[in-house]
Amino acid sequence: MSLTQDRPELTAADLQTSRSRRARSHTVRWLFMGAAAVTVLVSALIIWTVASEAWTYISQVELDKLTDIGWFPRRGLFDLSTLLVNTLQISVIAMLVAVPSGFGAAIYLSEYAHPRVRKVMKPTLELLASVPSVVLGVFAISFITPSILTNFFDDINYFNKLAAGIAVGLLVIPLIASIAEDSLRAVPLALREASAGLGARKVTTSIRVVLPAALSGLMAATIVGFSRAIGETMVVTIASGGGDTSLFNLSILESGGTLTSAMAALGLGTDQVAGNNLAFQSLYFLGALLFAITLVLNMLGDVIVRRLRNRY
Amino acid sequence: MSQEPEASASDVTVPDALAPKDQSRARIDVSAVAAMAPQRVETSTVFECADVDVYYTDFRALRDVTLDVNSHEVTALIGPSGCGKTTFLRCFNRMNDLIEGARVEGTINYHGVDLYQDEVDPVEVRRRVGMVFQKPNPFPKSIYDNVAYGPRLAGVKRSEIDDVVEGSLTRAALWDEVKDRLKMSAYGLSGGQQQRLCIARAIAVQPDVVLMDEPCSALDPIATGRIEELIAELKTDYTIIIVTHNMQQAARISDMTAFFSVQANEMGQRTGELVEYAPTSLIFTNPDDPRTEAYITGRVG
Amino acid sequence: MSVLTTPAGIAADAADVLRRRPGADIAGAVFRWLLIGATVFATGFLGVLLAVMIVDGWDVLSGNLWYFLTNGFSQRSAAESGVSQGIIGSLQVALVTGVFAVPIGVATAIYLVEYAQDSRFARIVELNIRNLAGVPSIVYGLLGLAVFVQTIDRFTKGASVIAGGMTLAALVLPIIVITSVEALKAVPDSLREAAYGVGATKWEVLSRQVLPAALSTILTGTVLALARALGEAAPLILVGAATGFLSFGDANMFETFTGPYTALPVQIFNFARLPGADWGVNAAAASVVILVLVLAVNGLAIYLRNRFEKQW
Ligand SMILES: Nc1ncnc2c1ncn2[C@@H]1O[C@H](COP(=O)(O)OP(=O)(O)OP(=O)(O)O)[C@@H](O)[C@H]1O
Ligand SMILES: [Mg+2]
Repeated sequence: MSLTQDRPELTAADLQTSRSRRARSHTVRWLFMGAAAVTVLVSALIIWTVASEAWTYISQVELDKLTDIGWFPRRGLFDLSTLLVNTLQISVIAMLVAVPSGFGAAIYLSEYAHPRVRKVMKPTLELLASVPSVVLGVFAISFITPSILTNFFDDINYFNKLAAGIAVGLLVIPLIASIAEDSLRAVPLALREASAGLGARKVTTSIRVVLPAALSGLMAATIVGFSRAIGETMVVTIASGGGDTSLFNLSILESGGTLTSAMAALGLGTDQVAGNNLAFQSLYFLGALLFAITLVLNMLGDVIVRRLRNRY
Repeated sequence: MSQEPEASASDVTVPDALAPKDQSRARIDVSAVAAMAPQRVETSTVFECADVDVYYTDFRALRDVTLDVNSHEVTALIGPSGCGKTTFLRCFNRMNDLIEGARVEGTINYHGVDLYQDEVDPVEVRRRVGMVFQKPNPFPKSIYDNVAYGPRLAGVKRSEIDDVVEGSLTRAALWDEVKDRLKMSAYGLSGGQQQRLCIARAIAVQPDVVLMDEPCSALDPIATGRIEELIAELKTDYTIIIVTHNMQQAARISDMTAFFSVQANEMGQRTGELVEYAPTSLIFTNPDDPRTEAYITGRVG
Repeated sequence: MSVLTTPAGIAADAADVLRRRPGADIAGAVFRWLLIGATVFATGFLGVLLAVMIVDGWDVLSGNLWYFLTNGFSQRSAAESGVSQGIIGSLQVALVTGVFAVPIGVATAIYLVEYAQDSRFARIVELNIRNLAGVPSIVYGLLGLAVFVQTIDRFTKGASVIAGGMTLAALVLPIIVITSVEALKAVPDSLREAAYGVGATKWEVLSRQVLPAALSTILTGTVLALARALGEAAPLILVGAATGFLSFGDANMFETFTGPYTALPVQIFNFARLPGADWGVNAAAASVVILVLVLAVNGLAIYLRNRFEKQW
């Protein structure tokens, strides 16, 4: 095809891509969209199955069974307050462990650490985030309770909420630290310089300027961490709520099941659910409750993070 | 507050505004130095810089700068982009300490005290040598809290802070515009107002020197005009060093002008240097160096 | 205003005013050490965790590690039990997880970054992904139980590796989408424009320029997601991974995907809840095995990322 030969006149057809190339480009678009639709389908299926089975439960359970002496699903006693109180206690203990150390680590990494230290520590935090929760459950019963807590509390139960809470706390530290660090690093350098330029020491700049400026991100970290603690299953199942029943009690030195550990316990017996027929459905009811609580918390955290992002 | 620092007996020379380059003065007076205190020599200039080099890790950004800054004058730093004006400005209050890998060599004396000796606390330096940045950077706090930030750090009594805030905002020509909304977020102010707020914040700690890095570059001509008036005003109380890209501005407001240029070496590293330092009137009418002339007449960017 | 030295004052006693006073920054030193303490606590417990598990599991790890890794669970005694079934099961589950989650996840990411153009559907998909990422893992177990085990049991054969893998695929899907979106967004537009500029169709730009450029980051994200799947126990318990005795008979390769199975973290859970100290030794030894496995996979991912980081 030599360019020197006289060229035929250009037509619109010449400016079109060949049909097969266009068709291929078009087909893959639908494939990608289909994949995206599958992710929505996953959510829809979760909501549909959980909600419909939970509805079966709610419409059949006698409401006075929802407040009783404890959680005994096989005997038809479904005291929700037992599970909710235990969940709350364990999650709050977890936050008491995770927030100070997570925030501390975040402030250290973003404000103080030498870049070389940060370069090592950030991946370490990621590694920590991948420690399987069963391992922390084992850690709670083989180390936290026998080697540490028994020194402080004589009458602590082998399975107890305190150890479970501490282990869950360890588990969510990396999550909290990483969200907190992101939000601290989003604070513009200019604010730190302004503060330093006025003769503020580093500690003053960190506490009076950087932390307040990152407040919403820190709040989001706490909320998301709390949601994660509420949803944590294996640590609690191993270290505190192993049985499928629990009696209402407020002592954190005693064992007690949570929303999640009660679900795991029910799940372990799905092939042989005996006793009350509603026991199986209560599994979905708890799932629905858990889903709703964590969804609200996560959306809240998300909104706060977004507001932060638009700020500077 | 506005009187000149008293000249003490050991001062050898009185600054001569017309020929600052040729000053010869006794640099060191060791006798009266307390054991723990940084060494100090009596002078009436505020800063004496000798052979200042600044490195960012291995990169030499600025070399061999020698100049003196007189008190209660406005000193302008001008020159093409990347020649090291900001870098040099940040040497005066040791802001470069905050940059990983930045290193200052040579000496900078502040009232005769070598700023870079170990005994000097950079935090104290920054209380005396305040800074206004290129982009307004108010804290995400209320207008009041922005101005009160520095005095609170310095331990000014709660009962006196109201006065300091009002005084500083008045001085920064912002009081009338904000007096009814002191508790509102500083982010609600316009860019020009924010910059004046930053100036108020800087002078609220009653610094000795105010460093300004292109304070008007983000502002419109009217806001720029107001800040220029303000600078002329502030000169009676403070020593001001200002970086600007605006020749007219330098000519209008400054007493002394330092022109920097940038030179690439064989390896392509661009190192800034001081070309000429003289009274502003001289620089703009009869510069010594052809590079200065080319720059101010707009022949070189 | 006595605290503020006047400018006139400073000239006279600059030396004194600027002096570094010992103890002037005690608060700063205390703060810094608190932060270091928090950081050491947050990252150092991984070391404690490993040490405790190695000490507790030492009998197995030092004596008969090979036996432990190559034999299955025995009801008779802890000493005769191993984790081979768990290891094989976990790898099979991870394989199924990858097969389902990677194509769907990456395709969704491509749709969001390359095609979506802020349509309403795209916004729904995005919101959906963010919310899915925060759903507690045990809730995915409910989805798996109701849909993959019960509803499509003709395909999955009930509580099988396939059902377990699909459940975990749903779980890691948001992680894969989020990391892939970031990978694709990191590909500079100039590369796309260059390819369009020489007359490529959208699909050609994608398949020949964008995807190869983003591949290493996508791979890293995928590996991290699979590491997460390797450590999950809670959803697998709900979808029927065996927690006790398991006999394979002489099933062929395909049948092992549709028959009963277990996974390493589920086995650890099982060891942990059996009474008796010797089962505790097994739990600790198996914890070391899973920690090494997960940390190695994560290490691989971090290595991949650092290796290919910042190509432009
Ligand atoms: N933090 C830093 N790290 C490394 N190099 C830097 C840093 N800050 C500045 N530089 C370099 O030092 C040189 C001087 O920069 P500087 O910001 O002082 O220039 P400038 O004269 O203020 O320019 P402009 O007029 O554009 O503000 C430039 O080559 C710049 O790239
Ligand atoms: Mg500059």
